[in-house]
Amino acid sequence: MSFMTRPTARHPKLPVNELGLTVRDYEGGMSTLCAGCGHDSITAAIVQSAFELSIPTHRFAKLSGIGCSSKTPAYFLRDSHGFNSTHGRMPSVATGANSANRDLTYIGVSGDGDSLSIGMGQFAHAIRRNLNMVYIIENNGVYGLTKGQFSAAADKGSKAKKGEVNLQPAIDPCQTAITLGASFVARSFSGDKDQLVPLLKAAMKHQGFSLVDIISPCVTFNDHVGSTKSYEYTRAHFSPAIATDFVPPAEEIKAKYNEGEAMQVELHDGSHIVLRKIDKDFNPTDRISAMSNLQKNNAAGEITTGLLYVDESQAEMHELNNTSSTPLVDLPYDKVCPGNDMLQKIQARYR
Amino acid sequence: MSKPSVNEFTVKIANVNGTGSASANGLLMKSLFRMGIPVVGKNYFPSNIQGLPTWYEIRASEKGHLARSGRVDIMVAMNAETYKHDLEDVVSGGYLIYDSTWPRHSLLQRDDITIIGVPLSKMCNENFPTARARILMKNVVYVGVIAALLDLDLEVISQLLNETFAKKANLLDGNQLAIHMGYEWAKNNLETPLAFKAKTSNKTSDHIIIDGNTAAGLGSVYAGATCAAWYPITPSTSVMDAFRNFCTKTRVDPETGENNFCIVQAEDELAAIGMVLGANWAGARSFTATSGPGVSLMSEFLGYGYFTEIPAVLFNVQRCGPSTGMPTRTQQSDITSSAFASHGDTRHILLFPADPEECFYSARDAFDLAERLQTPVIVLSDLDIGMNDWMSPSLQWDDSYQPDRGKVLRAAEVEKLDVFHRYMDTDGDAIPYRTVPGDHPKGAYFTRGSGHNMYGAYTENADEYQQVVDRLLRKWDTAKTLVPAPIIKQDNKNNIAIISIGSCDHAVREAIDILGDEGVGINYMRLKAFPFGDDVQKFIDAHDKLYVVEQNRDAQLKSLLCLELRVHDEDLTAILHYNGLPMNAGFVVDAINQDMAKGEAA
Repeated sequence: MSFMTRPTARHPKLPVNELGLTVRDYEGGMSTLCAGCGHDSITAAIVQSAFELSIPTHRFAKLSGIGCSSKTPAYFLRDSHGFNSTHGRMPSVATGANSANRDLTYIGVSGDGDSLSIGMGQFAHAIRRNLNMVYIIENNGVYGLTKGQFSAAADKGSKAKKGEVNLQPAIDPCQTAITLGASFVARSFSGDKDQLVPLLKAAMKHQGFSLVDIISPCVTFNDHVGSTKSYEYTRAHFSPAIATDFVPPAEEIKAKYNEGEAMQVELHDGSHIVLRKIDKDFNPTDRISAMSNLQKNNAAGEITTGLLYVDESQAEMHELNNTSSTPLVDLPYDKVCPGNDMLQKIQARYR
Repeated sequence: MSKPSVNEFTVKIANVNGTGSASANGLLMKSLFRMGIPVVGKNYFPSNIQGLPTWYEIRASEKGHLARSGRVDIMVAMNAETYKHDLEDVVSGGYLIYDSTWPRHSLLQRDDITIIGVPLSKMCNENFPTARARILMKNVVYVGVIAALLDLDLEVISQLLNETFAKKANLLDGNQLAIHMGYEWAKNNLETPLAFKAKTSNKTSDHIIIDGNTAAGLGSVYAGATCAAWYPITPSTSVMDAFRNFCTKTRVDPETGENNFCIVQAEDELAAIGMVLGANWAGARSFTATSGPGVSLMSEFLGYGYFTEIPAVLFNVQRCGPSTGMPTRTQQSDITSSAFASHGDTRHILLFPADPEECFYSARDAFDLAERLQTPVIVLSDLDIGMNDWMSPSLQWDDSYQPDRGKVLRAAEVEKLDVFHRYMDTDGDAIPYRTVPGDHPKGAYFTRGSGHNMYGAYTENADEYQQVVDRLLRKWDTAKTLVPAPIIKQDNKNNIAIISIGSCDHAVREAIDILGDEGVGINYMRLKAFPFGDDVQKFIDAHDKLYVVEQNRDAQLKSLLCLELRVHDEDLTAILHYNGLPMNAGFVVDAINQDMAKGEAA
């Protein structure tokens, strides 16, 4: 049950962040997911990322749709408001909340069913709006809560637990997002915390829509032989396109890479993502190169991971709309009511 | 049927849409208004951009009756395609004006009306060089002809043109020329003015001409709405056009140049209402505007808003259903679907504005109620109110007004709490407290459409679940005491009454006047909101014969009354108008007379 609270006992020597908080301060309730679920590793990575960025624990908004993945916002950031919305509709709620308060860090957690079937329209349009949020897809290729139906992310030829073979092509959220003009697209694996944490940190700092598609095997319904989203299959076909480090603005950037094989991308607040290229031809700031790399690896049966595409020059929703830099929710009423004199002036043309 | 008289007449203009007749028709209507004569304009337009029939009907009424009159005294027949029908529409003794540049079919005749041929195209072809101007100016020329027939004040018309084209001098001259051409032609060729001419009066001072959607958009600005989301749908789109327009005028920060508002055009209605819930949840006042099909799509989220107790305001500008129906025709057929939108035991507060003025103030009331009661509020307007031009008392804003944000705790108040529980009935009025995301760690809670207990935690426990839904029903009882009371006109010696809502109002009031003149005294209750309070029950109990007048086929308001109050179906007689045109008083009078005759015969 998601209202179960975690015991608060903690080791006295736990490291603290710039706010003097420990990682435990960023946790939530106890998970009620199956033991070994990839989603719990993602929850832990979100907690770690938020902690490392030293964002106050109540300055997030956690939103989700319906499904196993969408239960997880109850398991992290207990000091922040959460919104478990209806199936496939999290992006619209996030858009509305963000329109009212642009200063929070928005974390949306969705699944492959929630985003790629019932919520495909809202997913696409949140991208198009370049809504400033982290959009996590906990991708296991299967409907867990309804016990094992294929999702739209299931690969063609993939086998369900009872032997049924999926005959339809998979929707790749990353390729879809790049096509739709997303400004930050990454993919990772729930079992690879070293890759996941810097990606999530960069996603939280990116001003605009950050998609993080995370392959997260379902231990109950999609971890068998023949599944292409199992732990075994994913580990065997895992292909990092690029390794990522995140450097906060305060730190000096240390080159941990060989010249010519690495590049940095500067984010709006002055922090940097340091990218170590695995594939020499790959340039994540070039959309065509990003797409061709994904297509090439896909054809070879490889799951490309890492930061796949980033464009820091795109304006996010509020920049496009020229919205007040003070969050609208903090504007006093007298600032938004034009008053009776103005009302009389307005009516001149109706007389 | 009564004869037209001075300042009591109806002019109808039949045209083809896309030919620019709207501004000419508006000019005619506003001229009457500026002369101090009460007017109303009804636009019957197709769901189309160009080439289909469209009509505009202007009723002048010194007595201030602003419903559709149900008669045509002067018809301007500009559309050959509908000419036969338009000819039939004119009352006996009335007038029909047509363009005599081209011959009419000899069979289309009527001996009981006066048919006036005006060489509109010929005059325009001779005086205007471009094809576009020739088409547009025909409309202005017939306004000139009517001005002569009705003895309108040319100075008033001229002044209106000066105002309209203040920044387009090249258009001003052409328009002035066209008006005078029509006017002079009529003076030289016809007997003017007609017996039922217009005469300067004093009934329109302190009034404006406005449509309900503009008023609703303006009201939302004044109510302090900062976030809006919508998906375009006829006939509601102009609510958001108006909101954007007034925000652009009054809400751009003079120092920073930034917008103190955020309007999102959503990908569909499902997303629009999701955005509205998200913004209200985050602490802003946020709304959407839609019509019946949009409410169908929004239903899932409306149920979510009800169960999770998130304020939201929705303007439903009703049109003809079912399904796509007739998008440009009016109806009140979303009463039941709005009241109970969504699955499960869900119910919503409804407000029923009767005219544009009430649309303006309904916006304020809707936001106050939504936040006080933490639930969606649906304002049920309709196409007749929303898109037609109504004469309305000028709008006033009380500068001392402060929005009722309800039980929302901001950071400083949360700080003082030991612990916060989202769904606890602390005050005994069944309304819990809420907090705003990002304000304070102690205020954090988890909003979920799944079963939750009074602490806001997930539950599948039978008692905990029931505790929450029972409290929601008690909150509904609180709502009954807070929603606007009905408007009641009651004389104790009458035992017959009409119950009605929204845009039926003007026709009903006119019908009551007519029946009163015939010696039938009728009381009247106009409902302004759902749920119904005690005064509604009391009014029903006080009458032997009750008519429920509404604009739908299935007597939805009557059903709702029977469902919610102690009244039986057979105690209420439904009077139903649902052909898509606004109702007129004659329809109500006839229905009541027929019913009473039936009673006498029995």
